[in-house]
Amino acid sequence: MAAGTGSRMSFFTRICAGWLIVIVLGAIFADLIPGLKDPNYQGFLFGDGATNERPSWNHLMGTDNNSRDILARIVYGARVSLVVSMTAVVMGSVFGGFFGALVGFVRGKTDATIMAAVDVILAFPGLVLLLTVVTLLGRRDLMVIAAVVGFLSIPPYTRVARATALAVSRREFVMAARAIGTRKRTILFREIIPNCLPTLMAFALVNAAVIILLEGALAFLGLSVEPPTASWGNMVNAARVDLTINVWPAIWPSLALVFTVYSLNNVGDHLRRSKAVRSAAL
Amino acid sequence: MTDSMQTDSVDPGRTLLAVDDLRTTFSIPAGDVKAVRGVSFSLDRGRTLGIVGESGSGKTVLARSIMRLNIGSNVTTTGTATFAGRDVLSLSMSEMQEQWGMEMAMVFQDPVTSLNPLVRVGRQVTEHLRSHLGVSRAEAHKTAVSLLNEVRIPEPEARLKAFPHELSGGMRQRICIAIALACEPTLLFADEPTTALDVTVQHQILNLLGREQRDRDMAMVLVTHDLGVVAGRTDDTLVMYAGKVVEQSPTTSLFASMRHPYSEALLRSLPRTSHASHTRLAAITGRPPDLIDPPSGCAFSPRCPYVQDRCRDEVPPLTTGGSGDDPDHAFACFTPVGSPEGAEAFARNVSDGLPQAVAVDLPTGDQMSAPLPTGNERIV
Repeated sequence: MAAGTGSRMSFFTRICAGWLIVIVLGAIFADLIPGLKDPNYQGFLFGDGATNERPSWNHLMGTDNNSRDILARIVYGARVSLVVSMTAVVMGSVFGGFFGALVGFVRGKTDATIMAAVDVILAFPGLVLLLTVVTLLGRRDLMVIAAVVGFLSIPPYTRVARATALAVSRREFVMAARAIGTRKRTILFREIIPNCLPTLMAFALVNAAVIILLEGALAFLGLSVEPPTASWGNMVNAARVDLTINVWPAIWPSLALVFTVYSLNNVGDHLRRSKAVRSAAL
Repeated sequence: MTDSMQTDSVDPGRTLLAVDDLRTTFSIPAGDVKAVRGVSFSLDRGRTLGIVGESGSGKTVLARSIMRLNIGSNVTTTGTATFAGRDVLSLSMSEMQEQWGMEMAMVFQDPVTSLNPLVRVGRQVTEHLRSHLGVSRAEAHKTAVSLLNEVRIPEPEARLKAFPHELSGGMRQRICIAIALACEPTLLFADEPTTALDVTVQHQILNLLGREQRDRDMAMVLVTHDLGVVAGRTDDTLVMYAGKVVEQSPTTSLFASMRHPYSEALLRSLPRTSHASHTRLAAITGRPPDLIDPPSGCAFSPRCPYVQDRCRDEVPPLTTGGSGDDPDHAFACFTPVGSPEGAEAFARNVSDGLPQAVAVDLPTGDQMSAPLPTGNERIV
């Protein structure tokens, strides 16, 4: 919406947006892409491939040290990155956004209670929590990882939303709404939350990139989804041992990660700027 | 709806709002800011009251205190404000909820900030119509169109679809007025409604407010720092200084003879169209008083050209002048303007070289010789 109404996208931003669209569509429709190989098919076991193949027409990005097609693994690996970061953004902005806006508006005891809980979660080391949950549940599938990362991203959104709501609550239109007898609930949903959204959106885009990196780091440490499920981070991790033989299996997923994170930041900036046109008019 | 019965029972011309000894204090780390220090007045239904004073004189806080809009745990308001027979200061917040919008409404200073920037104008007008009166969407829309027509907004249908930033300042203030009037309140506070607008628009907005006030038989409190705004537009005027009323009078009588030195100084600081363009603007010397620790005696004494020793020790009571004066014209001064005591004090201060007296430097008794806005002059 903002992209259409605000300033025009530069050519470069279009490329970034295009990349994000390709990644998202690829991840969603990976099973339907014609000619895309099975990401877990190990050719060398069946005599029709070798490990660490260089890029070729058959394997556009080559194969990894288990002779799996890298392109296919990157496309399927995007699912992990995107699901984890989307879950984190959605959980963060819905729960964190709501609680933050609520306590920033009503203040008082509710504020103290919720912010104390938020501080406790923030103080708790995320990796330890992740390890604990993974160990207790005895599994490391996408659902569990996404849920834990999502839960951990609620506190920062709560803080951002609360800070914004504190400022918004002091704006004159909130007092004007009170002065015509608007109910508190209505003020929260009509005045406070919508005016927190632009800030939250800008934060969410940066945060999405951070979470993608976080998932990469977790996977690299072997804490994300279990192999053989592909994720960009665990691809880099697997390629690490054969780095002196073949760098491509490490380079491709890293490039995908860099482009995606950069594109998110670039498009995020663009959205913020086109939003800024509107807020400048306030 | 039962509540509107409550104020409909107040006939035009009967007391609608009676404020008695209202005091509002903000506790901040530096001390207690006494923003309003004992204000009393009463307002009849269908009448208008102007509250005049410079920035920090407590006029906005007074209006917001009566509306119960000062939020925060550090605000204390004492005294009574009897509105249609009930003391609004002792109502619970949920009881106030029924008063806001339905009985009393407020138009704010800055229309740019008093509309929600993210919600279309139409929704802001219709929303509280629907929640207060429980009318249907279509009906609320119809009412909104007629309200916008009433506040003279061209093409109301199109304007209702606009966002606030697509409208001009004057247009936005008209929208704010439409919103405030939507549920037909019996008391309207206009808190410096024209300060953020340019002069030509000011004139239109003030005329609009005046017309609505007459047509709807509302009571209106017009808060302003501009004496020119209340001239000819309000029935009564309250001049505030440092949280206190220093002069209280029917507006015509006030402009006919200002008695308090502060009112006179305010009037003198107004630019006049009849003055030559190079005329220096008269400023009030000194600074508004510290409201945490107000000066002893009369709060205006450090800036007053008529000051005498007594003013620095004793607080002058709000009293009416002697015989021959308008009995409704009250002022808080020992040496009122135009009295022999005042003339004598002024002459003494000039000869003593008191800065605020020298700055005024007009021959005694001649301060009022410049043409004043009469009750009907429009200052634009």
